[in-house]
Amino acid sequence: MTLRLSELHPGQTGHVLRLDTEGSLRQRLLDLGLVPGTAIEQIMHSPIGDPICYRVRGAMIALRQQDARNIQITI
Amino acid sequence: MGNCNSCSTGCSDTAPNRTALVQIGGVYDYVVALAGNPNTGKSTVFNYLTGLHQHTGNWPGKTVARAEGFFTQADTRYKLIDLPGTYSLMTRSVDEEIARDFILFGRPDCTVVVCDATVLERSLHLVLQIMEITNRVVVCANLIDEANRKMIALEARALEAELGVPVVPTSARRGHGMDHLLQHIHEVATGAALPQPRRARLDDEIESAIGLLVPQLLQMIPNLPCPRWVAMRLLAGDERMEQALRSGELAEFSKDPAQELVLV
Repeated sequence: MTLRLSELHPGQTGHVLRLDTEGSLRQRLLDLGLVPGTAIEQIMHSPIGDPICYRVRGAMIALRQQDARNIQITI
Repeated sequence: MGNCNSCSTGCSDTAPNRTALVQIGGVYDYVVALAGNPNTGKSTVFNYLTGLHQHTGNWPGKTVARAEGFFTQADTRYKLIDLPGTYSLMTRSVDEEIARDFILFGRPDCTVVVCDATVLERSLHLVLQIMEITNRVVVCANLIDEANRKMIALEARALEAELGVPVVPTSARRGHGMDHLLQHIHEVATGAALPQPRRARLDDEIESAIGLLVPQLLQMIPNLPCPRWVAMRLLAGDERMEQALRSGELAEFSKDPAQELVLV
């Protein structure tokens, strides 16, 4: 099933399918290891729900909702 | 394909050894660059090797400019450049630009990529990028003591075979593995060992585009270091690289690597 990264629940893991972003943000996400096929797990979100914390390749990263929305994943 | 032997200039393998260039601060035979992700203990490695006391701290972006130090290994004098910690060489930040420019134009005799052994996978991205620019790479899997504590074992020989460059597990803080690291730096810098990095295999379409660009780039800038990599950046739509080519900045930097070392 395909959904957006922002739709992942805490503890749920998906795999990166596609980045619907361009330019420097896209490059940044790729540099952090979010290439297609990469496992990404939602760890938690801040009290107001934004940003959201994910685990990627053993590292924790925080993404804004609006950016996580542009990352397509499969679960 | 994808090997630097295919590119007519042979990248930094042909880099002239800047033997006994007199510099403020010391005389040296070879130049070693220290690259790596932020917060991997890069400055601790730097301090261990040079005996200097560059400030180290547990936050990213700490090494803002470039620090230099000197050390001797097997009667050979080395200059060590501590580059800013970066995740990438794709130049979104000044730090990344400093690191990339030095590895590309400074043509160090050896580039040590310091990785965090507890999250090794994350660091390998930068390793691969640096391996695209130079063959003379040594991977330093630092914080191996912490990794072991987290029950992470590193099969250094297997990783070495996968990457095609030496991999040395270290704990710079405790001095573990550092002799081994020095030995590999010495072998790579002096040319006693020539790593054969395994590079990404690209689509035929991209390869043929690179094949078209490289001769044109070399016609414009005969001394251009690693034209293959520059061509790849241009094809990826790297605006800064395009700008550097148009403005003549690229040609200027390519002129004299030794001079560049003094200027940066």
